[in-house]
Amino acid sequence: MEMDTALNRTRRQTLRCGALAMLLAAGVLRPDEARAASRAGFEAQTLETALQALGGVVARQADIVLTTPDIAENGASVPVTATSRLPGTTELYLLVEYNPRPLVAAFAFAPGTEPEVQTLVRMAESSRVWAVVRAQGKLHAVAREVRVTLGGCGV
Amino acid sequence: MSESIKIRASVQDGLATVRLRLTHPMESGLRRDPAGKSVPADFIAELEVQHQGRSVLRCDWSGGMAPNPLLAFKFKGAAKGDRLRVLWVDNRGVRSAAEAVIG
Repeated sequence: MEMDTALNRTRRQTLRCGALAMLLAAGVLRPDEARAASRAGFEAQTLETALQALGGVVARQADIVLTTPDIAENGASVPVTATSRLPGTTELYLLVEYNPRPLVAAFAFAPGTEPEVQTLVRMAESSRVWAVVRAQGKLHAVAREVRVTLGGCGV
Repeated sequence: MSESIKIRASVQDGLATVRLRLTHPMESGLRRDPAGKSVPADFIAELEVQHQGRSVLRCDWSGGMAPNPLLAFKFKGAAKGDRLRVLWVDNRGVRSAAEAVIG
């Protein structure tokens, strides 16, 4: 998607701010080809294939703290906090096992950024939520069960 | 559009806490509307946060993120008055960016 055509096609108003146009011209976000390569796993339809796409071999790990509600009343917006205590953490992934596309988010931390994120995810149904951490090149994971009383992907 | 990105940032002992609130439907493309019609995918695919021009966090997201996403994180080496910049691009190629000063 070339920028001009994409912007002409939708939400043209995004470009009305001159300062923003300058930011866009600076081309800070990665080119489309690079982005596509980094999105391995997002199309996966099972937890297993998503984890394989991230590099496979996941060790269960107590040094990742995953905080979720036990029961989520609204699956459209479930709070998740994940913290890695593993040295050399560079990336953190959030997955919802029974979502149609389990991989929800990937976060890449620059040196000096704490390996912790707090956000909200959609849950189609009751499922385990996974936090997967890449530390010193290896994947580690923890999971927590969340019961959803109103699903978030179909509603 | 800067109003689609709200940035709150504070710093204590050099550790900045950043809270983002983004206005976006975050449609996965798998949902159906009440009439049974498929709702097209429309989600922020990539987001980057920069501190004084240096990237501190990069995110790749799917439509599995909650609508109007919230994100909080922390990074070291910040001072009051430093500039933060947030940029995103969605799956349709729409881009947005905003700047804020750490308070």
